Amino acid sequence: MRYLPKSPADREAILKAIGARSIDDLFAPIPAEYRLNRDLKVPRQMAESEIVDWFRERSRENGDGYATFLGAGAYYHYRPVIIDSLISRGEFLTAYTPYQAEISQGTLQSIFEFQSMICELTGMEVANASMYDGSTAAAEAVMMAVRLTGRRSVVVARSLHPEYREVLATYAFHQGMPVTTTGFTDNGRVDLKELERSVDQNTACVLIQSPNFFGTIEDVAAVAEIAQKKGAMLVVSVAEAVSLGLVEPPRPADIIAMEAQSFGVPLGFGGPYCGVIATREKYVRQMPGRLVGQTTDRNGKRGFVLTLATREQHIRREKATSNICTNQALVALMANVFMTIYGKVGLRELAKQNLAKAAYAAQQFGKHAKVLFSGTPRFNEFVVQTSEDPYAINSRLLGHKIVGGLPLKKFYPELGNAALWCCTEMSTRTIIDTAVGLVAESERSVKSAKEADVEEVAR
Amino acid sequence: MKAVTRKATRHVNQNEGLIFEKSSAGKAAWKLPPLDVPEVDTQKLLGASERKDLGNMPEVSEIEIIRHFTRLSTWNYAIDLGMYPLGSCTMKYNPRVNEVVSRLEGLANGHPYQPERVSQGALRIIKTLSECLIEITGMDAITLQPAAGAHGELTGLLLVRAYHQSKGHPRKKILIPDSAHGTNPATAATVGYAVENLKSDARGMVDVAALAAQMNEDVAALMLTNPNTLGVFEQDIAKIADLMHAKGGLLYMDGANMNALVGKVRPGDFGVDLMHLNLHKTFSTPHGGGGPGSGPVAVKKMLEPFLPKPVLITKPDGTLGFEYDRPQSVGRVRAFYGNFGMFIRALAYTLANGPDGLRQTTEDAVLNANYIRKGLEGVYDLPYSTPSMHEVVFSDKLQVKKGVHTMDIAKRLIDYGFHPYTTAFPLIVPGALMIEPTESESKEEMDLFIEAMRSIAQEVEEDPEMVLAAPHTTRVSRLDEVAAARKPVLRWKPS
Repeated sequence: MRYLPKSPADREAILKAIGARSIDDLFAPIPAEYRLNRDLKVPRQMAESEIVDWFRERSRENGDGYATFLGAGAYYHYRPVIIDSLISRGEFLTAYTPYQAEISQGTLQSIFEFQSMICELTGMEVANASMYDGSTAAAEAVMMAVRLTGRRSVVVARSLHPEYREVLATYAFHQGMPVTTTGFTDNGRVDLKELERSVDQNTACVLIQSPNFFGTIEDVAAVAEIAQKKGAMLVVSVAEAVSLGLVEPPRPADIIAMEAQSFGVPLGFGGPYCGVIATREKYVRQMPGRLVGQTTDRNGKRGFVLTLATREQHIRREKATSNICTNQALVALMANVFMTIYGKVGLRELAKQNLAKAAYAAQQFGKHAKVLFSGTPRFNEFVVQTSEDPYAINSRLLGHKIVGGLPLKKFYPELGNAALWCCTEMSTRTIIDTAVGLVAESERSVKSAKEADVEEVAR
Repeated sequence: MKAVTRKATRHVNQNEGLIFEKSSAGKAAWKLPPLDVPEVDTQKLLGASERKDLGNMPEVSEIEIIRHFTRLSTWNYAIDLGMYPLGSCTMKYNPRVNEVVSRLEGLANGHPYQPERVSQGALRIIKTLSECLIEITGMDAITLQPAAGAHGELTGLLLVRAYHQSKGHPRKKILIPDSAHGTNPATAATVGYAVENLKSDARGMVDVAALAAQMNEDVAALMLTNPNTLGVFEQDIAKIADLMHAKGGLLYMDGANMNALVGKVRPGDFGVDLMHLNLHKTFSTPHGGGGPGSGPVAVKKMLEPFLPKPVLITKPDGTLGFEYDRPQSVGRVRAFYGNFGMFIRALAYTLANGPDGLRQTTEDAVLNANYIRKGLEGVYDLPYSTPSMHEVVFSDKLQVKKGVHTMDIAKRLIDYGFHPYTTAFPLIVPGALMIEPTESESKEEMDLFIEAMRSIAQEVEEDPEMVLAAPHTTRVSRLDEVAAARKPVLRWKPS
């Protein structure tokens, strides 16, 4: 086996040194009746070239070369090549969690920079080293609010990503945390009146997303006021991180739970991604996850260490703020390099292109079909309602190697034939026009079919 | 003006400032293509929601970014540089072909919501890996959704709870041996279970009599790491499983140490009802400085209805798809389907090994740990003489007499060019030195390690002060962790 660095002679020499007759001696502690005396039924050992071929085949079966209008918590942005050049360095790729600070300064300093940039972008005072993803970050942020307020119930916006809501439901259920859902109005934002009624003295926090699942930017200040005047916290989930380049961050929030996938992390069929929690300094001791802090060594030289570990499972065990251990360090490094590349000016310009593309596409779709929530500011996603089932339209789009918007029926049956479309800097005008053309065609054929029906009846 | 020498050592040894300290207005590492749609009036579209300023975000050029991160990288130790014997962490070689195949366009750019018709490649990968892991663990079904080991534990205990609930009583407690990893009790608490400690016996194994006394109808499950954190196989495993099952409890196995078992014995065969795997340990996906991981949970048949949704199925037409209609499911533990990129890498590793390679890997891992045990026995105290599997735990008992603790020895090991072993864990061994070489070490590398450890033991006798001040060769010396925690500086701010 090519990964194993021992010759048969080495193995013999080691067996001799330890005084074992055969390798089986070393497995003697395993009761004989359980020892496996056959080969595992897994595919035979493959050559590297065969492995590459096998996965190439899978890649071809997986929408290779298709343009996409899907967003909904996973965004297709350009990834500058130096991200992979840098994260592929063995010193980053093959290092462990930086517990031994003296020989982990590279990882530690880069996490410190990551935390700093997340603070700059979110307007918060502290950020952790990462969480699994945006959905678990949101659930953990809610649990943090429960600890901080000593209250137990949660009000969650229906305009939060439906799968994030499902994850929260899973986490909340066994913690005895009642979850109520607040709907949205026809402007695509949280229904403030309903929210007002839902928040009470037992509410630990209100959880919303902005830009929300429909791409609409919430009135964060109004939501914050409703939550905070009753002593509840506001947790805001940011799923499209690029929006932070152009959209005012949810500063009135007490906790921000982010998904940083948009910052240079490949779509990768849903993971690994990079969650982050950012909050105010006064709440830091209730924060889950790792934190890197600045300090000095014995000679007064600046250095970085993992800190405030007394919150964590390896010290506190069942009293820890979370059970999280391994997080998403290498993915956070991708996001870190991405944020460094685009920086203060580039991130804004990138976000502007996203805004422009989505505005153009929404306008074009609006000529033929109904664009919902169109009076409210939005970032790079919008909802298009068609006469025909969006699955049927998408099926025709696939023929043009285009993946259309996400049909919303599954999550929001009340929106009928609606689909969530996303445009990023990667969406070319040609592709947008092609998709719009097919939707227009669909509308025309439905209309003429209806006219034919009318004629039929008239006759 | 007097000339000043600005550069006295190699760059990598100099301080590399924070990226913010290199920033100045007008530098850029990005370039966008011309916009092919009309420009927009951001103020008009966004109104009060428009952000005007990005604060102190850096402005730097591409070469500066490359140098910055490359220099930082050289301050890290890594598997690629040498032995990384962290116990229970399984720091094995991370094959490079894994990285190549995970970046193939169709896989890297696959959107989780793209139609199943154009997702067959990803789904086939999930199915093939699932089948391999089910066979390796000897279980009946699996979910790949959990994002890491601790997340797998959480999922596992949710399954435990749902199972008992379906029998009418969720039960109250989880039994956890005192040698267990901290995530075990933290997870139990997250799922709303009380934790009851189970003490180890003189062999470092579960005290079967204690288990019999503590096991009752209030106990939902025992979370057992096997081999345990001492690197010892629980020889009474059959009795343990029987005791649990007799009172309706479940046996959960923490698969952190699965590298000792693959291809030699299957947990499903020795009575385990459910377990998690760490793909970033046993299946070679890179640790990346602390993640991403992946923590699949494999279960026996009776737990299958409760698995997180969606579940992968084969449709009548032979294509693969997800099933969402799972009325008994514990729900979702994560958006989408899990850390798919890690599935690719774990499968590439499995294919590169095949059945013979996987078995040889396990044998070498156990061989290596025993070689190190032999090489250091007598020099360091071995608190449990029970046979070792893939790792060995010593204590600093002999060195403490000179005022030198496990952490000091660990720091001195850095000067010899090795990453330290795991210190001060498991908790049942005061001053533990927990060493797991993995299969990836050659005899030569282990000989160097043994020599280094023996040399340090001698230094402790002759010059303990020198060991206490270690490391001596790193860019920074020991860092003030107390100050870091007392007055936390968690972000850069302009001075």
